[in-house]
Amino acid sequence: MVKVMINELLCKGCGLCVRACPKGVLALSKEKLNAKGYHPAEPVNPEECIGCASCARTCPDVAIRIERE
Amino acid sequence: MSVVFEKTQLLTDKPFHYCPGCNHGIIHRLVAESIDELVKEGKLEAGNIVGVAPVGCSVFAYDYFNCDMYEAAHGRAPAVATGIKRAKKDTLVFTYQGDGDLASIGTAEIVHAAHRGEKIVTIFVNNAIYGMTGGQMAPTTLVGQKTTTSPYGRDEAWCGAPIKMSEMLAQVPGSYYIERCAVNNTANIVKTKKAIKKAMQYQLEGKGFCMIEVLSTCPTNWGLSPVEAMKWLEGNMIPYYPLGVYKDKGAEAK
Repeated sequence: MVKVMINELLCKGCGLCVRACPKGVLALSKEKLNAKGYHPAEPVNPEECIGCASCARTCPDVAIRIERE
Repeated sequence: MSVVFEKTQLLTDKPFHYCPGCNHGIIHRLVAESIDELVKEGKLEAGNIVGVAPVGCSVFAYDYFNCDMYEAAHGRAPAVATGIKRAKKDTLVFTYQGDGDLASIGTAEIVHAAHRGEKIVTIFVNNAIYGMTGGQMAPTTLVGQKTTTSPYGRDEAWCGAPIKMSEMLAQVPGSYYIERCAVNNTANIVKTKKAIKKAMQYQLEGKGFCMIEVLSTCPTNWGLSPVEAMKWLEGNMIPYYPLGVYKDKGAEAK
């Protein structure tokens, strides 16, 4: 089981992680707004995650942490 | 539970001030992780690192790296780094410069630092525009690219062709390792990190001047979304600025 954790306070909603993910796990939130006023990314298909960390490596704000159980 | 990916200790907790999708954050992380790995491998002492920040969007880089940092005058980071490295030879010294800083106002400094074979590492972030000042044409702006000072696109007959720093510095006898990378996809991000780490290792071995040019996007001033900007970089910048190793005296010697 892989867990993708996105720090919503740091996320600027650029969408590069969404592009980088090969499994379509992430999407920008349509409803949520963070303190900076951006729509943060969130895992919409968390069970698909393979833990490749492409999203975390691409994130320009280093807002993603990935754990494997 | 095991951690697959987490933020490196060499970056501070301060959130980056960069625009959404700006590649500076990725490149900061790669530099920090490379240093962190060298420290963990025992090749470097944690207190023996000095970075030199430029003037440009990355002017606040000193707030983000968890090591000693120095803020140089515009374009003069290689000159400052020269002084630090010559005074403290066992220190890892790197400069972090943009294209306005390195390829424009600081051209003399970088060429002569390379010429003298200064044992420093320069991270050169090329986004083909002046970001901080509002998107003016830089020496690296592509022909036909629209900026606030070239609203009809860069005209080669009037402004010349974009400067290719990696090719230029590879011709300088004193340079040791020159490579151009990009951070447009995961594979290239991994390659960029390898290049940065290799350059730092060369410096610790006392080899010579190393520069890693990293192609970067500027979504705000290019007028594109972060994802479109990445595609624009792949379609326009990489063909003009081909990726690859331009000089590696270490590999030639083997």
